[in-house]
Amino acid sequence: MNNLLRMEASGARIVRDDPWTLIRSPETEPSAGMLILPLAHWLESPSTHAVWLGPDDGVESLLPWLSSLPLIALDFPSFRDGRAYSQAYLLRSRFGWKGELRAIGDVLRDQLSHMRQCGFDSFAVREDKSAEDALKGLAGMSVLYGRSVIEPRPLFRRR
Amino acid sequence: MYQYDDYDRALVFERVAQFRDQVERFMAGELSEEEFLPLRLQNGLYMQKHVYMLRVAIPYGTLSAEQMRTLASIARDYDRGYGHFTTRQNMQFNWIELHEVPDILERLAQVNMHAIQTSGNCVRNITTEAFAGVAADELIDPRPLAEILRQWSTINPEFLFLPRKFKIAICSAKQDRAAIMMHDIGLYLYPGRDGQMLLRVIVGGGLGRTPILGLQIRDGLPWQHLLSYVEAVLRVYNRHGRRDNKYKARIKILVKALGIEAFAKEVEEEWQHLKDGPAQLTEDEFQRVASAFVPPSYRTLAGTDLDFGTHLADNPAFARWVARNVQPHKVPGYTSVVLSTKPGLASPPGDVTDAQMQAVADWSERFGFGEIRIAHEQNIVLPDVPKSELYALWQLAKEHGLGAANVGLLTDIIACPGGDFCALANAKSIPIAQAIQARFDNLDYLHDLGDISLNISGCMNACGHHHIGNIGILGVDKNGSEWYQITLGGAQGKNSALGKVIGPSFSAAEVPQVIERIIGTFVRYREAEELFVDTVARIGLEPFKERVYPKALEASV
Repeated sequence: MNNLLRMEASGARIVRDDPWTLIRSPETEPSAGMLILPLAHWLESPSTHAVWLGPDDGVESLLPWLSSLPLIALDFPSFRDGRAYSQAYLLRSRFGWKGELRAIGDVLRDQLSHMRQCGFDSFAVREDKSAEDALKGLAGMSVLYGRSVIEPRPLFRRR
Repeated sequence: MYQYDDYDRALVFERVAQFRDQVERFMAGELSEEEFLPLRLQNGLYMQKHVYMLRVAIPYGTLSAEQMRTLASIARDYDRGYGHFTTRQNMQFNWIELHEVPDILERLAQVNMHAIQTSGNCVRNITTEAFAGVAADELIDPRPLAEILRQWSTINPEFLFLPRKFKIAICSAKQDRAAIMMHDIGLYLYPGRDGQMLLRVIVGGGLGRTPILGLQIRDGLPWQHLLSYVEAVLRVYNRHGRRDNKYKARIKILVKALGIEAFAKEVEEEWQHLKDGPAQLTEDEFQRVASAFVPPSYRTLAGTDLDFGTHLADNPAFARWVARNVQPHKVPGYTSVVLSTKPGLASPPGDVTDAQMQAVADWSERFGFGEIRIAHEQNIVLPDVPKSELYALWQLAKEHGLGAANVGLLTDIIACPGGDFCALANAKSIPIAQAIQARFDNLDYLHDLGDISLNISGCMNACGHHHIGNIGILGVDKNGSEWYQITLGGAQGKNSALGKVIGPSFSAAEVPQVIERIIGTFVRYREAEELFVDTVARIGLEPFKERVYPKALEASV
């Protein structure tokens, strides 16, 4: 995928050589290489390909496959649809997903810090937006009152 | 009052810088209107009919004299010299220029205020009752938990794009003055047998186009679990609430669709994963926050004051004001005073000028401990006034147009800004309120009628809480003209009820006369000192309908 940001040990960077191809509808798109397939399609024949979930998809259905999946992507059909934040929380905090968790769809600079807090570690910024510009959105604020995936203790336990 | 520490200050200032950047990017065309919309809403900025409106958060309705003076300065420097107190205890400025908003927010940040999450599909300002901490009938001071909830819900990354707005209220008085049955989550705080603080959790209440009273999903929840339990409710709602239709997106619709038992079961399952985890509140944190709400250094005053007694006896107007606007206090010799923002024609309900704000700030210091509350009825409360100072305060309040002796009376109207300002409104609210206030300008008569709440909303979003007014007026659009539907029998508090529609709607000109006929019917059927709402409950709607609809109403003069 193009226009991709990824959190790495040294910090966030723009990824220019991402090997994954996002397949929105397998019936109409060519399917060679490393693919990120829709959940329903992927479940028909679980493979070494990656999977993406829409906000209506239950993250629970991935439970048997978490040890072998290479990457999970969660879709934001609109940046105003906040369900993927809770899906990310569940995958990370409850189901222990340690692999790459990618935000796809309407992924914009001003929501990146929230996504990062909820456990996303790669961000396929919407194609018409600048990835360089979006990098500025990752930091967010220095204060988090509550808790999140990357900071599971509320501020009152960190004071 | 809660005092900001370095964390709180860092957060509000960083937020101002962040929004300043977003405004600049929007004005430079880098952010589309659609992309900017939720950003500005979550910073309290609405687009109204004419210009932008900024809604400033007044957490649980409490502010200091200094904060009130800052609101006055904003009204003076950036608006047209006034602000509007809302039914959710916030302040709205109606005439705001977008490019000045970051400077306004910065001015607010300097006095520990903000406009974060006063709009948008997120957790809104946490509300409680205006007399929290001082009310004679209070069980436990709800403000520490309200502040803890405010912090927890502020920029909580998982819950900023909920299906719809989310309102939480907490109350701990015998009379529920925070309308907890009308909130997405209503919390009732009470002491258990061993004195431990417990919570009764109500979900799915709300007004709007589907008014529903909330239902209890849990009782006896120890306070330490407040945040984990609310998190469980929010996660279930965020995952399963409807997003296909904004009018069916509130949590009440989800609760109704699943049924309260199934919804409670989902929440309970989610909560099992969270309880006793890091979200569990600690005694240390509670004490840290509660220490900001220790009672001020009250003097030891006599329960009775001779001069006060003399003024009461000599001055019936003062006595009337005391009877309506002064509330009992838990400390002997002290009272809480409600300054009415409903003088009638002089200004719309909830509107306060910069000079009035300035004066109120001064009075809060002269007569109290520099603290001010905003009531959800849109009035201003000075929580700690000695009885001996009431007369002096009353004279000043009268001089400044804040001395109307009408709290709880028919003219203490709750009204949204309505069609004069709001882009959502079907009809105007303010002229209706003022026409009714003008019609009922005889104070003796109003006092004889006793407690009657009259609430007006300009559309079914119900910001004026018309469903829970004893008399409710709802602005409706009929083929492009403004009409008003009337409900009777609504109530807030322990005996909350939703009003029932009495029949076809009326034109604006007819409304004052209709109200007059409703009141006339009440007077005719009233037994002894019966309250209006009790009369309605006893005799039903029929006698009112007969009086209101028998023949075409003469156009009012």
